[in-house]
Order: sequence, then C-alpha cells, then structure tokens
Amino acid sequence: MLEQVKDFASHFFVTGDPLIYGADVSIVVVSLAIIFVLTYFKRWGWLWREWLTTVDHKRIGIMYLIAALLMLFRGGVDGLLMRTQLALPNLHFLEAEHYDQIFTTHGTIMILFMAMPFIFALFNIVVPLQIGARDVAFPYLNAISFWLFFFGALLLNISFVIGGSPDAGWVSYPPLAELGFDPGPGENFYLLAILISGIGSVATGINFMATILKMRAPGMTLMRMPMFTWSVLVTSMIIIFAFPALTVALALLFIDRLVGAHFFTLTGGGDPMQFVNLFWIWGHPEVYIVILPAFGVFSEVVATFSRKRLFGYSAMVASLVLIGIVSYLVWVHHFFTMGASADVNTFFAIASMVIAIPTGVKIFNWLFTMYKGRIRMTMPMLWTIAFVPCFAIGGATGVMLAVAPADYQYHNSYFLIAHFHQVLIGGVVFGMLAGMYYWWPKMFGFKLDERIGRWAFWFFNIGFYVCFMPQYALGFMGMTRRMYTYPEGLGWGPLNFISTIGAYMMGIGFIILVWDIVYSIRYGERDLTGDPWDGRTLEWSLPSPAPHYNFARIPVVTGRDAWWIMKYQMKPEERPDLGPIRPIHMPKNSGRPFIMGVAFFVSGFGFVFNWFVPAIAGLVVVVLCLILRSFEYDAEYYIPVHEIEETEAALGRL
Amino acid sequence: MESTHSAHAGRFPWAHIVGYILSLVLTAAAFWLVLAHKAGLATTLVVIVLLGVLQILVQLFFFMHITESDGPAWHTVMLLVGFLFVVAIVGGSIWIMSFGGQVVA
Ligand code: HEM
Ligand SMILES: [Cu+2]
Repeated sequence: MLEQVKDFASHFFVTGDPLIYGADVSIVVVSLAIIFVLTYFKRWGWLWREWLTTVDHKRIGIMYLIAALLMLFRGGVDGLLMRTQLALPNLHFLEAEHYDQIFTTHGTIMILFMAMPFIFALFNIVVPLQIGARDVAFPYLNAISFWLFFFGALLLNISFVIGGSPDAGWVSYPPLAELGFDPGPGENFYLLAILISGIGSVATGINFMATILKMRAPGMTLMRMPMFTWSVLVTSMIIIFAFPALTVALALLFIDRLVGAHFFTLTGGGDPMQFVNLFWIWGHPEVYIVILPAFGVFSEVVATFSRKRLFGYSAMVASLVLIGIVSYLVWVHHFFTMGASADVNTFFAIASMVIAIPTGVKIFNWLFTMYKGRIRMTMPMLWTIAFVPCFAIGGATGVMLAVAPADYQYHNSYFLIAHFHQVLIGGVVFGMLAGMYYWWPKMFGFKLDERIGRWAFWFFNIGFYVCFMPQYALGFMGMTRRMYTYPEGLGWGPLNFISTIGAYMMGIGFIILVWDIVYSIRYGERDLTGDPWDGRTLEWSLPSPAPHYNFARIPVVTGRDAWWIMKYQMKPEERPDLGPIRPIHMPKNSGRPFIMGVAFFVSGFGFVFNWFVPAIAGLVVVVLCLILRSFEYDAEYYIPVHEIEETEAALGRL
Repeated sequence: MESTHSAHAGRFPWAHIVGYILSLVLTAAAFWLVLAHKAGLATTLVVIVLLGVLQILVQLFFFMHITESDGPAWHTVMLLVGFLFVVAIVGGSIWIMSFGGQVVA
C-alpha cells in the first residue's frame, strides 16, 4: 500500500531536479503566505464579493493585467534559464529534456497566457470608457472568459510540478506530439489548457465586437471612434474567425492521443502536416491579434503626447482593416519548407510582403502625427518612440523571411527567433507597457513614477538589442532554434554570451518595472482631475478611477476626440443637454463564472491523467451552470438616483 | 434584457424543438455514413460536407435569430466576412495540402 502511494507520488509530482524542488518550496510558501494574509486581515469575503464574483469590466481588466504581469515573470524566468544554459558551449545547467520543457512553456505562456491577457486587460479597461458605455455587451460572459483564461493558465502552470511539463514546442507538431513519441501527461496539459482558455478568448472576441458595434454613445459614428477602439474591433473579428482553427487542431490531436484516432499520424491515413496547416491558419492571424491592439495604443499615445489630432485617421482605419483581412491569407509562410508547389509558396510569399504596406502606412502616420507636435516625453511616449525603429527592423526581417526560397535557409534558425522576438517584444510588449503606463492612472487613480520608469525602460530597451541583435548573426552562422547546447569551435560562443547578458539586462528592467509599481502605490502622483495627461478621448472625462457605472449620464459625441472638443472647442452653453440623472440599469455580480472556471479546471485535470470520473464530473457542473443561468430571471438591478448623486458628489462632479 | 425573456414567453418554442431534432439527425447521419462505410471516399466526403453546411443553416435559422435585428444588419456583414474567410481557408487548404502525392500515401 505504502509502496503504491510512493510509486504514484513519484510519477504524479515531478522529482529529481533541485530547481523543481526549489519551485515546490516557493509555491507552498507563497500559497501559505496568501492564505495567512487573507485570513489575518479577514479579507476572504472581500476577495469573493469584490473580485471573484465581479462582472465589472474595469475589475476584470485589472485581474487580467495582474495575471499578464505574473505570466510575464514566469515566462521571463523560463527565458533567462534558457539563456543561461546557452551562455557558453557545452554547459550542463539544464539537461536536454528540461530544456525542451522550458522552451515549450516559455512560448506557450508568452503568447497565450501573457500577450493575450495583456491585450484583454486593455480591452476591458479602456473600450467601454472610450465609447461612453456602462459595461460590455455581455458582462456575465466577460467574467466567464476571464475565469476560463485564468484556470487554463493555472492548468498549464501546475504541469511543471505535477505530472511534468509539455515538451513538444509551443507549436506542438505531430508526430512528435502524438502519444507514441510523447507519452505522459505533459502534452495533455498543453492541449487542455489552451482548449479551455480558447473558449474564453472566442467569447471575448464576440463580446467586444458586440460592445463596439452596439453600445457606442449617441453621436459616436464608426468614423468617430477612437483608434484604440477601432483596433479592438478589428482584433475581435480576427479572434472570432481564427481561434476555431486552433481549437479544431488541438481537439483532433487530443482525440488522437486519447482514443487512438489517426488524424495526424501517417499510419491509418492521417497527415501530420494537416496539423501544421490548421495551426498556422490560427497562428499567423494570432500574431496580428496581439499586435493590432498595440498599434491602437500607439495611436492614442502619439496623439495625446504630441497634442495633435492623429494624422491620417481614415488611412489608419483602412490599414487596420486591410491588415485584418490579409493576415488570413499568409499562413503558409510558416511552413514554406513543407514543399508545397512553387505556385503555393509564391502566392503566400507575395501576400506576406503585402502586409508590410499597410503597416508602413501606419508607421508614417505616427511619425507625421509627431511632426511639429508639442511632444512630451512621458513614459507611454518613450515606449512608443522606442517601438518605431524596433518594429521597422522586425518588419524588414519579416519580409526577408517571406522570400520563400531564402526561407529555406532562415527557417528555424536563430534568425527567425530574432525576427519574432523583435516584433513581439518591440511591438507587443512595448505597446502593452505603453498602454499600461498610459491608462494606469485611470485604473488606480495615481501615476506610475517616471524616474524609476525610465530606468526600467532603458535597461529593457538596451537589453533587448544586446540580446537579440546577435541572434540574427547566429542564425546566419548556422545556429538552429531549440538546441540545448552547442560544441566549442563553431564560433558561436561570444555572440551567445553577449545575448545572455542582454537577457539579464531585460530581467533587471522588469524588476525595476515592478519596483516602479510598488513604489508608486505609496508615492505615485495622485490623479485628482481624472485627466492627468490632457487626454482627447472620453475615458479622460471621467474621474480616476471611474465609478462602477462609469457614466452618470451617457455623453453625446459631436466629433472625433470627443473629450478634447468638450474641453477646448465647445462653449459651456453649446454642450448638449444630457437631462437629469436617471436610475442606472446594471448587471448583478455572480459567483457562477468562477465556479464554471473551477469545474473546467477539474475536468481538464481529469482528462490530463485520463481520470474520467473528475473529467466527466467537471463537465456536468459546467452544464449545470449553463442551465441555472438560463433560468435566472433576476440578473440585473437599478442603482437609484440618490445613490448616483451621492457618488458623483463625493467625486466632486456635481 | 428582460424583454428578450418576455418576448417569447407563453408560446411553445416549436422552432427550437424542430431545430434540435434536425441538428441531431444531421449529426447522426454524418456519423453513420462514416462508420458504416456505405459509400466510397469521395462520395462520403462530399455528403458530410453538405450535411455540415445544412447544420450551419439549421443553427443560424432555428437558434441564432438570423432573421431578427434592430439597427444596421451587422450580423449579415459578419456572416459575409466569415463566408469569405471560410472559402479562403478551405479552398486554400485543399490547394496547399494537395502537394506531391508521394508524401501522403
Ligand atoms: C511585415 C510583417 C511580417 C512578415 C512579412 C513576417 C514574416 C514571417 C515569416 C515568413 C515567418 C516564418 C519564418 C520561418 O519559420 O522560417 C515569420 C515567423 C514569425 N513571425 Fe513574422 N512577419 C511579420 C510580422 C510579424 C509580427 C507583427 C509578429 C508578431 C507580433 C510576427 C511574429 C512571428 C512569429 C511568432 C513567428 C515564428 C513562429 C514560430 O515558428 O515559432 N511576425 N514571420
Ligand atoms: Cu506569420
């Protein structure tokens, strides 16, 4: 009996590596500390009422943001471990299997559990405020999306201490990812985590598309929408049409593994390349899903801190839509080397290069917006300006990769690694950080400290170039991706060592960034006006943080940059009469989204280990939650007028 | 939001029942066709694709209120966009994946 338990535990828990034991200890310590703090300060009820059951888009946004920063940390540690291993030839800091697991979780976490929640954080925090709405179209669904993301991310993250991490790469191609070559629960964790969070992502896409199309304030026509909202609209469209391909690919692979089907095995008539095809039908649009919101942020930031209208608004909209459409027509550039016909490769090579055109239009429009503007070098603006050259290089190397015959050389080399880190860090991460600094006062009512922020910025920025520029050269020198070590005498040593130094500089930058947040919670400049940057769009017309109903009266929009017009171009008597305050119709909080998340988690965990009792039980609870919701007729309430008036008066707005 | 509940209250949801049965029948038919090996490969493929398209129509008309709208008909626009993407993806995949038969036996 005891033997059995021991045997089970030695497979269930990951054993053998001192790094993992260290992680075990720290996980236990941190969990105990959290439980202790919550109990000691009697905060359990508060946590449940104010956060776990909330349907308020602003709070859901903040939870996404916290999760994204935590995942940036976890993914960053993975990155540093890999860079440490590669710093010198023939190192044995990590063994091959461990290295495989780390690059797999690194990629998966950074794309699906860092970049995605980061953009969703900004969607949630900003969009309803920018369009003059009181919440998203489906607040309850919004909470479900968040908890599915959260528990999906949790499922992937526990794999590294329980059961073992996935190790077939973030793209998890068969046949390697099939049961025959990759037994054990690791790959299942990957599949189920993404399947679960993917449901949430599609729901978010639907939610924000409906919100933006249906819930804009009167007068806000499509062509008066702020550019960030436009980017979210296009992104939502891409999400809705791209994610199903990923879900199908992963679900089929899961069926292969679970019941021995042959969708992607050559035996039995399957075709592994079909997985690759399906994966990239999602995968390429996905890179635009994460970059377009960053473009939206840059448009807002550039206009605000140049004190000018955005240059070429309609061209910006047109390029967004064009990018959104063309991004569906380029996916083969990720597997040119499969050996499809020359016609196929030519078509997709040219389509890929075409994307550079609307992207270039956007870059020039940002530059023209700055031209002759009164530029203020705040933190959001710094990140934006740093983005421009970085992304230009990343785009150029992308076009190099898109030359199909040349890609036979570059493919899966460090040149490719350098390319996508340049666009993902220089584009997405810079953009999300710019957005975080920009909207931070709106979320929390204080600014992040600029002096500390600059230190973080420079460390991160210089670190980026030191880390990734050498990798282009390493790619040309023949170093391929996913090698866990390399011999001496190839001349790769020095450049790898430099790259590792850069990685550590970025790590330091991240720590300073966290310090900036901690410091500013105490000492950051308080935002008492609600409009700390002299902004142009409606979110800055509200107090910081905004009251939970957002707008006491729904504003009437008379042009682009609605708040700027109200502030500077309209005489008080010209302002439209918004009428008296009326009771506000709001959704009630609900614990069910959280419970559904837990149920999905239990079910997913069951499927990972082929334990069908919890797997089915979890799904039953999910269905139960759906049924209960269908019979809920009392999910909304009204905030009475006197309560709104009291809140507004306390905020100095009456 | 309340109105969506009350608008249909009182009437028996015939459309939903019929749609439900139709979608079950369509699904079962596809499964049966594949599992029973009644037709050749090409015929089977064509027929299950057709059944799939019918399934989409059933979902749209019986459950997704495709015929109702207030304000601009955004759902029609999005369906059209979706249709274009589906054509590109399915057509594209067939084109891409039908390379050299020596690989896929
Ligand atoms: C002009 C724009 C761009 C072009 C022409 C382009 C082209 C390419 C090509 C041809 C590849 C495949 C290379 C290979 O595997 O051999 C690639 C990989 C990649 N690109 Fe880009 N790209 C562009 C912009 C972007 C952007 C904006 C992002 C993300 C924000 C991005 C993210 C990636 C990623 C993540 C990969 C590698 C995925 C993997 O194999 O793991 N690219 N790009
Ligand atoms: Cu791509």
